[in-house]
Amino acid sequence: MASAAPLDDAVVRRIARLARIRLGDEEVSRLRGELGAILGWIEQLNEVDVSGVDPLASVGQATLAMRADFVTDGDQTEAVLANAPARAGTFYTVPKVVE
Amino acid sequence: MTDTLDFTIAGARNALRAKTISARELTEAHLAAIEALEPSLNAFITVTPETALAAADAADGALARGEGGPLAGIPLAIKDLFCTNGIRTTAGSRILEPFVPPYESTVTRQLLRDGAVFLGKANLDEFAMGSSTTTSAFGPTINPWQRQGSNTQLVPGGSSGGSAAAVASGMALGSTGTDTGGSIRQPASFCGIVGMKPTYGRCSRFGVVAFASSLDQPGPFARTVEDAAILLGSMAGHDPRDSTSMDWPVPDYAAACRRGVKGLRIGVPREYHADGMPAEIERLWQQGLDWLRDAGAEIVDVSLPHTKYGLATYYIVAPAECSSNLARYDGVRFGLRVPAQDLTDLYEETRAAGFGAEVRRRILIGTYVLSAGYYDAYYLKAQKVRALILKDFTDVFGQVDALLTPTAPSAAFGVGENMDDPVKMYLNDVFTVPASIAGVPGISVPAGLDGDGLPLGLQVIGKHFDEETVFAVGQALESAAGFSAKPQIRVGSLR
Repeated sequence: MASAAPLDDAVVRRIARLARIRLGDEEVSRLRGELGAILGWIEQLNEVDVSGVDPLASVGQATLAMRADFVTDGDQTEAVLANAPARAGTFYTVPKVVE
Repeated sequence: MTDTLDFTIAGARNALRAKTISARELTEAHLAAIEALEPSLNAFITVTPETALAAADAADGALARGEGGPLAGIPLAIKDLFCTNGIRTTAGSRILEPFVPPYESTVTRQLLRDGAVFLGKANLDEFAMGSSTTTSAFGPTINPWQRQGSNTQLVPGGSSGGSAAAVASGMALGSTGTDTGGSIRQPASFCGIVGMKPTYGRCSRFGVVAFASSLDQPGPFARTVEDAAILLGSMAGHDPRDSTSMDWPVPDYAAACRRGVKGLRIGVPREYHADGMPAEIERLWQQGLDWLRDAGAEIVDVSLPHTKYGLATYYIVAPAECSSNLARYDGVRFGLRVPAQDLTDLYEETRAAGFGAEVRRRILIGTYVLSAGYYDAYYLKAQKVRALILKDFTDVFGQVDALLTPTAPSAAFGVGENMDDPVKMYLNDVFTVPASIAGVPGISVPAGLDGDGLPLGLQVIGKHFDEETVFAVGQALESAAGFSAKPQIRVGSLR
């Protein structure tokens, strides 16, 4: 595994940014330790010889079924919007993104 | 009332059909138990007495007409990870605290189709991430069992700890759980009840709040193996809305319980003799093998060579899938929103406020192992080890019909223990994770008590889609073990 480099605060901040989770400074340093410990423990997979092994994404045995191409659902505007934290008419609203 | 709460599902069905009890009486007794025990156990996030009583009355009406499905009038607890139409579904998270689904999960829809009465939504680790039900945003669930001579509060296991505690304490006759790495089997072991994780693809995941989609699988809790089989019969089956659910007929699982184990070959994976495992768990395992041998099974030593890499593989694959699945909680379309001046702040503040510490850790781990430069080293590598773990099981199931192992490396531990170090908590799942990674079915059956008087479970693992053999072996263990101990915190105990 390529990653023996210990996590630093900048990496933790970068991941948190990718994950869109705001972190305070204290949390960054705590997470640096916790995530570093988890990743260090995971490094044991380095011992496993996986040469020639194909990656396995799922153990599901179902094959994707074909069906006729027609609409089976829809016209559920109110149900879809029922849990909106903020809405205007039939739209979700968010803070202004265009000046 | 205690007698009413001691029913099995099979026994309650007979009593309801013989009219020695009504569904309303049965439901009222369980609602009263919930009211009495909830202050001690916190097994529920939401209790729904009105809908429960209405469903009970409907079941009584159907039974009076000589109708009524296989679960007519049976009171169940539903893990708060299953979307229930018009009933708040939180996944144990602040971020879903206000969420009321406008649709029903397939598993719960099928249980309702068969006449079940839902008492409420059971507590769980946040987004089913945990082994103790202490990460719930709605407070920890307490195990109804206590160590002899001690009133230390113990965890019920997790993530489906509320579902397990409700059934163990007599608040419900059965319940639903989900199992991603052990979240049904480990709490069943900690609470002295039966918990079954079916084969991946046996039950639909539609309407189950997603954690790790290639691993998540719904399954039942009950106080007997037969009851778990009855519940799975209703929960299982093909669903066009889950492309991973198999279009195969659902066998008669309750009948399979009566098959016996004569002539079956039961494997003992030598890698499950973990370092530091308590001697009493080793002894119980040996006892279980003796029971099966006495019942006519042949015991075979086998090897699952990649067992020790199961957990590390799991803790790459599961967080990777979780970081992707939980990206949907953005404060825009449903759930919590923390108001902010711009959209990025809205996302980041909402997710910081809405997710608890363990969920944040897993999202961040998952984001890291999927990020550019690390994907091959972590995620791809884990997927390759996953292939080797699956091959271990495929090879072994060429030699044996089922495997017997302990369910967990310990009995229930205290609330607050194992919290200092995430990896220590993860080790709870060492015996349950490999079957999840391979997608094979497993059941935990209560088999004995440890020196402190706490329940210990044994796990039976079977071939893909061969839940029937798993139930048959589970039933043989249950019959031999004669497990009849009761937890300290249950309705009778309050008198």
